[in-house]
Amino acid sequence: MNRADFPLLKQDIIYLDNGATSLKPKCVIDKMNDYYANYSANAHRGDYDLSFKVDQEYEQTRELVKEFINAKCLEEIVFTSGTTESLNMIINGFFGNLLEAGDEVLITTSEHASNVLPWFRLVKKLGIKVNYIPLDSNYYVTMENVKKSITDKTKVISLAGITNVIGDIRPIKEITKYAHDHNIFVVIDGAQMVPHVKTDVTDLDIDFLAFSGHKMCGPTGVGVLYGKKELLEHLEPINLGGGMNESFDSPDTVYLKPLPTRLEAGTPNIAGVIGLGEAIRYLNKIGFENIVKEEHNLRKYLIDKLLPLKHIDIINIESDSGIVAFNVNNIFSQDVAYYLNKYNICVRAGNHCAKILKSSVGVTNTVRVSLYFYNTYEEIDNLVELLSDYDKIVREMI
Amino acid sequence: MDSETKRAIIMENYMHPTNRKRMEEEEYLKVNTNNASCIDNIDIYIKFKDNIIEDITFEGEACAISISATSIMINNLIGKTKEEALKYIANFYNMTNNEEYNEDLLKEGVVYSDIYKQGNRKTCATLPFRGLEKAILESLK
Repeated sequence: MNRADFPLLKQDIIYLDNGATSLKPKCVIDKMNDYYANYSANAHRGDYDLSFKVDQEYEQTRELVKEFINAKCLEEIVFTSGTTESLNMIINGFFGNLLEAGDEVLITTSEHASNVLPWFRLVKKLGIKVNYIPLDSNYYVTMENVKKSITDKTKVISLAGITNVIGDIRPIKEITKYAHDHNIFVVIDGAQMVPHVKTDVTDLDIDFLAFSGHKMCGPTGVGVLYGKKELLEHLEPINLGGGMNESFDSPDTVYLKPLPTRLEAGTPNIAGVIGLGEAIRYLNKIGFENIVKEEHNLRKYLIDKLLPLKHIDIINIESDSGIVAFNVNNIFSQDVAYYLNKYNICVRAGNHCAKILKSSVGVTNTVRVSLYFYNTYEEIDNLVELLSDYDKIVREMI
Repeated sequence: MDSETKRAIIMENYMHPTNRKRMEEEEYLKVNTNNASCIDNIDIYIKFKDNIIEDITFEGEACAISISATSIMINNLIGKTKEEALKYIANFYNMTNNEEYNEDLLKEGVVYSDIYKQGNRKTCATLPFRGLEKAILESLK
C-alpha cells in the first residue's frame, strides 16, 4: 500500500531490507528540502523570523514524538543521532553513574551490538555483570525466563522491543511490571519496534526508550531518547557545549539548561528532526493498525510460500513482525543475497549486528527479509520464485 | 578463457577448496582477513621457510568468491618466494581494478577477470590476497 508515496519505488527494485533502513516518502524529502531551501537558519536563535520558524518546526516534532509514543511531557523527548547514540547516552550518562561493582544487567544473546557493547564497557569500567535471559526454543523471551534470571543484584533489564534477527515482540508490559516490583529499571531498544507497532511508553511503563528516524520513513542521523522525567533529570550530559548551558564563568559556576535542551548540545540535526516530524505525520495518516495488519499478512504470505521449499531453512517460522530469517541449504547467505541482487531484490545477509546470537541459534549468518507496509504480495511472489529453484541459485550465485 | 570454464573453476575451488584446515602448529603464522562491509571472515595459516612460502592453509566462513579465491591463491603461491607472491598479488589487484596485468602470471587467477564489474564482489575476491600480503610484509620487516 501507499507505494506511490515513495520515489525510490519508481525504479525496478524490490526492497526487502527495511530492518536496516526504510524508504523515505516524498513528503519527508520535500519537508527537509524546504528547510534547506527556504529557512535554513539555526535553532534556538529566535531573534529573527527565519530562526523563529526553525524553532517552531523543530519543537513541533517534539510535540509529535510525545503524542506518537504517548510520553507525559515534552521534557521527556530528547533528539539524538539515532538509537545507538540514545542507548549510549542512557547507559553511560545514567547507569554509568548509578551502577556499582557486582550489580547485574540482564540482556539476551539476540540484542543488537548497540545494546551490548555499552554494557560491556561498564563491565570493564565498573565491574558490573552482564547476564543473559535464556531464549526459548523459538528464541523468544518468556516471562518465566525473565523471572528466573533476576537475582537480588539485578538492577537493569535492557532489551530490544522487537529483535532485528528473530523479530519477536517482547512482553514488555509484563516485564516492566515485574521489574518495577523488584526495583529494576527497564531500557527498551525500540529501533525495530517503534516503526512497526504502536508504542505507548506510559502504558508499557518503560523507563528509557531509544529509537531511530530512518527505520520509520524518516531521515538518517536523527533519533529519539525517551526517559521518564524524574530519571532523565539524573542523566549526565555526555556532550557539553553550546545551547545546553545557561551560564558559566569558571569550572565551579556552570549552570545547565533544563530538560530536554541540556541533553542536546551543539547545533542539532535540524533538517533531520523536521523530517522526522513529517515522517510521524505520514505514519499517523496511514494508521498503525493498518501498518501492523499489512505487515502481518505479508509475512504470513511469505512464510506459507517458503515452508514447502525443502531446501530453505527458516530460522523464525513463528514471529510477530515482518522479519523472516532463513538459509538456503549449503549456500552461504551472502551468495544468496548476491543472487537475488542480480534480480534487483535487496535483502540482507549476515549476522545483523547480533554477533552473540549464534551461541543460541547455532547459525552465524542468515539471509534476512524485512518487510514494511509498502511491500507487496507480487514482490514476495518474485522472491519466492527465485528461491524455489535451487539449481538456479547454485548456477547464478557467482 | 570462456566464462563457462571460469565458472567451473570457481565452483570447483569453492566446493573442494585446497587446504581448508586450521594449522595451530607453531611454525605457522596466522592472519585474519575480513571484509568490513560484508561477512566474509577467514583465517589464513602460512608457513615460511626462509624466503619461500612453504605452506598455506585456511579456515573460516565466507562466500563462494572468497573461498574459491583463497583456494586458487593457495594453489598458485605455495612454493613461491615472497617477492614472487607479492608480484602475483599486485597483478591480481590490477586485474580486479581493471588495470593492466600479466595474464600468464596469474594462471587460473584470471577466472576473476570480470569481477571489477561487480564492485561489491571485488573485495570478496581480493580478501585472501590482502591477508597473505599483510603476512608477507610483516615477515619482511
